[in-house]
Amino acid sequence: MISAKLYILQRLTALIMAPLVLGHLVLMIYAVQGGLSASEILGRTQGSAFWAIFYALFVFAVSVHAAIGVRTVLFEWLKIRGSVLELLSWGLGLGLLVMGLYSVYAVTA
Amino acid sequence: MFVEPNTIKVKIKRGSNQSSFTQEFEVPEQDNQTVLDLVTYVQEYIDPTVSYRFACRVGMCGSCGMMVNGEPRWTCRTHVKKVLGSSKAIEVGPLGNLPVIKDLVVDMDPFFDKWIAVGGVHHPSKNRHQSIEKIDESSAERMFANEAVECINCGVCYAACDVVSANNDYFGPAALNRAWSLVNDVKTENKEAILDAVSGNSGCHNCHSQQNCSNYCPNELNPSASIASLKRKVFASKIKNLLGSAK
Repeated sequence: MISAKLYILQRLTALIMAPLVLGHLVLMIYAVQGGLSASEILGRTQGSAFWAIFYALFVFAVSVHAAIGVRTVLFEWLKIRGSVLELLSWGLGLGLLVMGLYSVYAVTA
Repeated sequence: MFVEPNTIKVKIKRGSNQSSFTQEFEVPEQDNQTVLDLVTYVQEYIDPTVSYRFACRVGMCGSCGMMVNGEPRWTCRTHVKKVLGSSKAIEVGPLGNLPVIKDLVVDMDPFFDKWIAVGGVHHPSKNRHQSIEKIDESSAERMFANEAVECINCGVCYAACDVVSANNDYFGPAALNRAWSLVNDVKTENKEAILDAVSGNSGCHNCHSQQNCSNYCPNELNPSASIASLKRKVFASKIKNLLGSAK
């Protein structure tokens, strides 16, 4: 059971994530190949509004997108219904959001 | 000298949803034989209590749909040679995803209830006193409607759909395919109502595009494409409404 609203929300967040995933991959490969140390990386991300916005947006899109996807799995495979379904899926989304934003804060603040 | 004909093992799933069992029958093999011929032979010559449905026997009515070796098929258009393995055995069961009444006969009510729930009953744009709507066969709208219009509601796609198996409320491919043909039909009044019906919780957005419906459709229609088109249409209309209300 998925409403048109959730469907649209999942497609829109996918749209946001597509370029961000590519940017993230390029960044990871660049950081590893250049042999940057943790402190060098933090030196570049801390205080950077660009990376804060980049990853905060990423975390937001992932939380919504993943919660809706897992919601369908819980519904179809585990036959979870009603308020338990809402609680589990939005709980997951909220968990991802809080942990993600905490990490973004830690490396960019 | 009389030669005993080769036989085929026909394993028929019998009973109902509450209690079912598989019964094996030996049917003489013939050169040209359909799966429906096998079941008919069993019912006429071995066990008259075997229940099954058929009518036209030539792939027009869509009433002989059954699971053959686990796959939904029109039994009248399935040659035994096509599905008979080296084990010389064929399993025949009732169409999947529907309640079984007895043996190979399923209750089609849920299937047609959903067909009506998407707005599948014709809602004409003109009354009897007005002249009939002229159809331009070459218009883009009509071409879209034509893609889906050949469905005879046999239920094969519905039985093949994994989403229906996982979520019994889901409308399924046939009903949504019907909705798509109506959304593109100039004779249909209030297409918004159909879009509303298919965008509900049991609607087109549940489809995972696995395309079993299109693979198994005996008429070679593409319900999966119809559903994808419905999703696009609903998406566009919802976004349009959102932007319109934001002004």
